[in-house]
Amino acid sequence: MRLVILDNYDLASEWAAKYIRNRIVQFKPSADRYFTLGLPTGLPRDHPESYHSYMWNNFFKYIDIDPANAHILDGNAADLQKECELFEQKIADARGIELFVGGIGPDGHIAFNEPGSSLVSRTRVKTLAQDTILANARFFGNDLSKVPTMTLTVGVGTVMDAREVLILITGAHKAFALYKAIEEGVNHMWTVSAFQQHPRTIFVCDEDATLELRVKTVKYFQGLMHVHNKLVDPLHSIRAYKD
Amino acid sequence: MPSNKSVSEEPITQFVNCRILKDHQLQREDLWVREGKILNPEKLFFDEEGYADHQVDCESKILAPGFIDVQINGGYGVDFSQGCDVRGGVALVSKRLLEHGVTSFCPTLVTSPPHIYHKVLPEMEVHDGGAEGAGVLGVHLEGPFISREKRGAHPEHCLRSFQQGSLTDLLEVYGSLDNVSIVTLAPELPGSPTVIQELVKMGVTVSLGHSVADLSQAEQAVQQGATFITHLFNAMLPFHHRDPGIVGLLTSDQLPPNCTVFYGMIADGIHTNPAALRIAHRAHPSGLVLVTDAITAMGLPPGHHTLGQQHIQIDGLHAYVAGTNTLCGSIATMDMCVRHFRKASGCSVEAALEAASLHPAQLLGISQHKGTLDYGSDADFVLLDDSLHVKATYIGGEEVWRK
Repeated sequence: MRLVILDNYDLASEWAAKYIRNRIVQFKPSADRYFTLGLPTGLPRDHPESYHSYMWNNFFKYIDIDPANAHILDGNAADLQKECELFEQKIADARGIELFVGGIGPDGHIAFNEPGSSLVSRTRVKTLAQDTILANARFFGNDLSKVPTMTLTVGVGTVMDAREVLILITGAHKAFALYKAIEEGVNHMWTVSAFQQHPRTIFVCDEDATLELRVKTVKYFQGLMHVHNKLVDPLHSIRAYKD
Repeated sequence: MPSNKSVSEEPITQFVNCRILKDHQLQREDLWVREGKILNPEKLFFDEEGYADHQVDCESKILAPGFIDVQINGGYGVDFSQGCDVRGGVALVSKRLLEHGVTSFCPTLVTSPPHIYHKVLPEMEVHDGGAEGAGVLGVHLEGPFISREKRGAHPEHCLRSFQQGSLTDLLEVYGSLDNVSIVTLAPELPGSPTVIQELVKMGVTVSLGHSVADLSQAEQAVQQGATFITHLFNAMLPFHHRDPGIVGLLTSDQLPPNCTVFYGMIADGIHTNPAALRIAHRAHPSGLVLVTDAITAMGLPPGHHTLGQQHIQIDGLHAYVAGTNTLCGSIATMDMCVRHFRKASGCSVEAALEAASLHPAQLLGISQHKGTLDYGSDADFVLLDDSLHVKATYIGGEEVWRK
């Protein structure tokens, strides 16, 4: 794995954004060659804070993506099982996920694969852990009775199939989860640990998120920053990019 | 990108690189328009999987709702109260108003003899704006049921009082109340309470002005349903600390619950001292409605012109009743008023823009589709530079004027 440690949240976000940009440019996508970006799932559709609103306001409205190429799991579908299967099919049709970008929960979950999720799981309906429900309460006026208890999510196996995985982890409250994910064994209680067995994973974090790691681990990866920073050197636009 | 929509085949335009006035703030957002209305891009993206057919680059300008002028007596040589070539006059003014960022207005008739109303009103139909000019929302009838002492430039011989205290009085004088949006009257006139009630029931906005009413008479009028004050401070008793008069409505605690009293301000730097403008604004910022009260001579060079049955003299930005010192309306344009208001009151750009768009729309009860850039509203808007000069005007999403 690569562990990229930046000083703070803003620098970590910026580094990750530049990395993703560079990956897309290097891939040289075109009408017959899609760069498939995977992102984790979120809240149900109808809520004003829904994941659709979130994705629109924070991403889609700034780019000129063809709406037909934006696929979000529909929590209001009539047949949820079918919806999940269709989603897996869409990923296959797009020739697989090139890069999956996600965060982790304080309980070490990736997407909504809560502790105990199979490490080879696929897209499915998932019951949320209490921790996650509490964390989501702020979107529902802090009224726990209104927070959805189930959601659709990509599975650990689905993400493992991606050609590359980028995990963003910031904040001291995620520090223990990061420790469990990279310094302990692969364990379905901390589903992010599955990526120890992925050929191409990169963790981007801020100083606070490293608080539970060994000094030796942190020093080793900080020493590699000059190598990591080459990955985010500005590239020309897709048209001008030459290998 | 080619269009791809399941709900409608009409083209979608996306205005990019602009700062739009939304939720009372200037935000860096795009504005989407389809079929003359403002479109919700999120619904378009997810529900219709649609996108824009063409994009318009606004070059970092401010994109604000089109201005609404609820008190304007004419301009460019046209006097709405004159009675000749009414349609031609309205058409000329509505076309020129686009240059000031006005997309909707209420042509105003000053106190006139009944035959003028009978002739003019049927010719001033409510209609939408477009390339031919700003939309007509309805007529503002300023008089003749006003106070003698506070008639200002209105002709004395045409003033009237309520004989029956009912709509009959109005219909006798005006002929019909179709096409009427606002009636200004003096609430101290006997019989006014029932008249106000009946007008409000008909959906007409009642405004208090040209009056010597004290505060309690004014409050009663508001309780009957009046919601506007015609050019605050002008043609009414001055504020007095033991009887604030109509001005006291701005902070009255006797108003019906959830009732906002709006007040017109002529922010031309002449009709109201900037200090008075600031006092009113600070006392009741959400009720301030910018109006021009512009007269025939607006847009014309200095000299002698006619207004209703009166003659006026232009001198710089001042317009007097010929031979006196009585002001008889202004020749400032709406965009000048917005700039002056902002400068004199020190308010934010957003507040200045809302005083010319959102507040008049709220006053007339049309804020569901005018005066805002909310999804579903009519796409009437202006592009302004940072000093609030109008650079382009759009009605129904179509460009109708460009500098």
